[in-house]
Amino acid sequence: MKSLLAEHSKLAIAGEQIAILEHGQSGHFNLIPFQQKLEAAGLYPLQPTSLEVFQVNVGKMCNQVCRHCHVDAGPDRKEIMSKETMQLCLDALKNNPSLTTVDITGGAPEMNPHFRWFVEAIKKLERHIIVRCNLTIILANKKYNDLPEFYKEHQVEVVSSLPFYTQDRTDRQRGNGVFDDSIKALQMLNAIGYGLEETGLILNLVYNPAGAFLPPSQLALEKEYKTALSKQYGIAFNNLFAITNLPISRFLDYLLQSGNYEKYMEKLLIAYNPFAAANVMCRNTISVGWDGYLYDCDFNQMLDLKMAGSHNHIAHFNTEKLYNRNIIVGQHCYGCTAGAGSSCGGAVA
Amino acid sequence: METYYNPDDLKKFGNIADFQKKLGEKFFDYYGEVFKDSELTAREKSLIALAVAHAVQCPYCIDAYSSDAFEKGWSEGQMMEAVHVAAAIRGGASLVHGVQMMNKVKEIAM
Repeated sequence: MKSLLAEHSKLAIAGEQIAILEHGQSGHFNLIPFQQKLEAAGLYPLQPTSLEVFQVNVGKMCNQVCRHCHVDAGPDRKEIMSKETMQLCLDALKNNPSLTTVDITGGAPEMNPHFRWFVEAIKKLERHIIVRCNLTIILANKKYNDLPEFYKEHQVEVVSSLPFYTQDRTDRQRGNGVFDDSIKALQMLNAIGYGLEETGLILNLVYNPAGAFLPPSQLALEKEYKTALSKQYGIAFNNLFAITNLPISRFLDYLLQSGNYEKYMEKLLIAYNPFAAANVMCRNTISVGWDGYLYDCDFNQMLDLKMAGSHNHIAHFNTEKLYNRNIIVGQHCYGCTAGAGSSCGGAVA
Repeated sequence: METYYNPDDLKKFGNIADFQKKLGEKFFDYYGEVFKDSELTAREKSLIALAVAHAVQCPYCIDAYSSDAFEKGWSEGQMMEAVHVAAAIRGGASLVHGVQMMNKVKEIAM
């Protein structure tokens, strides 16, 4: 499987995705605009409540090609953040102590050659670091085998996708062999203390639905994951984040190819929850793209919805302007407000 | 093609309260309570509902609980086993009446 970009799919173009999100593939599918829902809840224009999480996408290169990936990441993607841009991120962090958490994502962020340097430099600034590790990268090459020790040394919180506690569903979404390698990687992380209550080394897992449906209750699912993974593989972890798939990039492609797009969007609309809307992650997060541009969230980043104004690049980082900005919303935002809501940290309501 | 069953009608299930508000609301309150996590989990109840949906051959219920059970993490194999349980009970329900038939035949036969 290749990325949409490598396949020259029209969905590799952000504008094409937005056109489909607004009017469907037929051009005649009109869902209630998300903006109207926010207006009804007194939340439009949507604005930040704080600036706490600094999420950095260090590149689209990945060792996996997951069917639901909103980044359209894969081994054939060459866009990665330069050391110079990382330095600009460090400068922004240094000057803005309110940004207490740095959330590093990709792609497989570890494939960026400057990844370890970046983590070490952030740690020196005394910030909490989250790395979104796909687990299989740890086993992908000898040079990554010591990642668990590296994470431990820098007290990194590891957040890893494991779409389900069975092989079948995981491999369907993430590719053959991913489940077995993920289990081995989780055991390596457990072996040095990750996911065990008394160590303080946090290992959180992420559930994504393997199809055109919404996540079930995060709490109930976490219990099932903990029971199943402990019983079958002796694996422990801290929390499970149940995340809704947003209709972007490869998941959008899947929805269109399988004829599920309109039904899925209607499902998101029916499940719209104003309490979740009030707590969406873009209200406390800044998302930095591999090229240094700033976005309201990783999803807006993939749709190339850059923040408006001259402060939309890390080189011109300005907390006051960022705090007073209006967040860009679109039909894809229904994915973050359905049911219990969805964010990079799981349910929000 | 017009049919008695329309998939879109499933979304209108809540409208039954339009014609009889009190009873409709009581039913949906009860329904919601039944499917909550309790001594059985909501997940287990979903699989039971799927089997019952097949036993009563309700297309709306099959539609709803196929999605719900899959969403709650049951595999295709587990869901089909649940349907077989419904089929076995339905088949058994017919077959066990064979005893009544046998009794009757034995009563009248020489």
